[in-house]
Amino acid sequence: MSYQFDFSFLAERWPDFVAGAWLTIQLTVLSIGLGFLVGTVCALVRVYGGAAPRRLVGFYVEMIRNTPLLVQIFIVYFGLSSIGLKLSAETAAVIALAVNMGAYTTEIMRAGIQSIQRTQLEAADCLGLTRLQAIVHVVLLPAMERVYPALSSQFVLLMLASSITSQISAEELTAVANNVQSDTYRSFEVYIVVAVVYLGLSVLYRFGFWAIGLVLFARKRRLGTAL
Amino acid sequence: MPADKGTDAIVRISDVIKEFGALRVLDGVGFDVALGQTVAIVGRSGSGKSTLLRCIAGLETIQGGRIEVCGHEVGRPGSAARAQLRRDVGMVFQSYNLFPHLTVERNITLALTLVKKQSRDAARQQAAEVLRLVGLTDKIDSYPEQLSGGQQQRVAIARSLALSPQVMLFDEVTSALDPELTAEVLAVMEDLARRGMTMITVTHEMAFARRVADLVVFMHKGKVWEIGPAAELLAKPRTPEFTQFVSSEL
Amino acid sequence: MIQLNSNHLLYLVTAAQWTVLLSLIAFAGGALVGLPIALMRVSKVAALRLVASAYIQLIQGTPLLIVLFLSYFGLGIMGYKLAPLVAAGVALTLYAAAFLGEIWRGCIEAVPRTQWEASDCLGLNRFQQYAYVVLPQAMRIAIPPTVGFMVQIVKNTSLASVIGFVELARAGQIVNNSTFEPFVIFVVVGAIYFVLCYPLSLAARALERKTNAGR
Repeated sequence: MSYQFDFSFLAERWPDFVAGAWLTIQLTVLSIGLGFLVGTVCALVRVYGGAAPRRLVGFYVEMIRNTPLLVQIFIVYFGLSSIGLKLSAETAAVIALAVNMGAYTTEIMRAGIQSIQRTQLEAADCLGLTRLQAIVHVVLLPAMERVYPALSSQFVLLMLASSITSQISAEELTAVANNVQSDTYRSFEVYIVVAVVYLGLSVLYRFGFWAIGLVLFARKRRLGTAL
Repeated sequence: MPADKGTDAIVRISDVIKEFGALRVLDGVGFDVALGQTVAIVGRSGSGKSTLLRCIAGLETIQGGRIEVCGHEVGRPGSAARAQLRRDVGMVFQSYNLFPHLTVERNITLALTLVKKQSRDAARQQAAEVLRLVGLTDKIDSYPEQLSGGQQQRVAIARSLALSPQVMLFDEVTSALDPELTAEVLAVMEDLARRGMTMITVTHEMAFARRVADLVVFMHKGKVWEIGPAAELLAKPRTPEFTQFVSSEL
Repeated sequence: MIQLNSNHLLYLVTAAQWTVLLSLIAFAGGALVGLPIALMRVSKVAALRLVASAYIQLIQGTPLLIVLFLSYFGLGIMGYKLAPLVAAGVALTLYAAAFLGEIWRGCIEAVPRTQWEASDCLGLNRFQQYAYVVLPQAMRIAIPPTVGFMVQIVKNTSLASVIGFVELARAGQIVNNSTFEPFVIFVVVGAIYFVLCYPLSLAARALERKTNAGR
């Protein structure tokens, strides 16, 4: 094999990669936050809600989990604009990613919430806590602690999946790579660089969620045992 | 000696009917509990004694009859301001039901800050006080899993006490504990009774009932089968069912 | 502008066959590479564990889309002028192998230690222990999550569209280029994916219930 690797494009284009990575971080932090919120509410509905809302959430979850993110992104971006709702690529990306994240969060958090025994709610009731107070203080935090490993790996998966939003030309990391490679014809090298950046980002995210876990779960921080 | 055991009933139970589907668990249950009294409800499993306690706590709705606690009605949908009932009645469970993710102190202060709207400092003071009552001052910063079953149950009692209830309900609180741990929990309860707390306790501990209770209620098949002053009733059971029960428990 | 018609639908359904074929290639390849990865992960040799673990970390820390590009352009510069199907097949194999390897490692480790000890006492060698005692048990545990992962494979074949392989998602884009009805078309495309994936999801759940009930 006589291929000569050439990474010289980096000298000129590195700011593009930095900008792309920064947009990837912004898009994914936003959609993880929104998706987590949506998913947590849906999970509560799934466990404690009435029959009709429960079915509705079930429909949403199955729809999202059984279709490709790429198609979901196309529906949000091209689809909504064709029926009169014009969105910027970045907005469409955040919406599609958050909706996707929400469905997975629903399933994960549902398992967590179901692992909290009903007697915990009864105890909270006997202490005079309202239903909402009980859910916030007695259910959600320990539920989240139980499923936090699954939750944070899903968050990392979403960050990686955000590369798909390059297909509607949200100018995140992968889209930057596409641009640079079409300018320089150094396709293989460009994607190696981007792969390394993504690897760095996943390490960063994993560390970040680990740190957030430490802050959130005081008991685990002190005892180190699983709840 | 108990403080002021008046004749004023603080809990009135009359003709209570509770059904789970077709199954009638409580079938016309009724008795009164006076201020400062300690009542022991005994009976075999399935006799309806725990269900009755849960009805008094407002955890179950009843299909017939009436339960009145501190002057307000319990157990009917929409009856009694729930918040008021919660202020008046404390409940301790067989399985402790401490919140595993919170420290002992936070278990106690949670309701004080959220429900009673006390400041964090006032709540902390209150927590320290009730923990002293149950003899667990040194465990204030521990998490439930770091405590023995008996200690957890004492924290659960302290957690209820902190809300200064008028009536305390105990649902087989020692059933999950080893004998020596049972003793430490019973000692706390006995102390409470001496201080004049009105208590209704579902229990298997006949010795405790004999020593501490003012009134013993023997339940059988969803009915109050026998009721009377502890010493008298336990010494001379009137029905064959209670006779058999007493002898089997001793 | 051309109205969406039955020819378009026929075209989409034909393309869906390529989605299925690519999924099968990815699953077969993933299983073939994934099993050794799983075995390396539980190996007694530290170096093997390290290699397998590094491979999994690498693939699971890189977007599949980038793996696809690397496969497509990488095979290209190595002098192979390959059909997109091969490039996509290679990328999806690498991807599936990492995830299946990790899933199956968990299943092997879920077989109780006592099974190893018992078979050791019977004089079975390491290979026999795997072949006759551990893997048959691990396989039963592995079926539900493996079927569940097949859903991920089917969905992720849609990414092959970006290197020009005409499967279902790419076919949707092509139809859209002539009809300009993206909402309808991509909903239809999504529905076809749903028809492919949902039975797998249901099967995974049913199998999981059966496995749990059996314990």
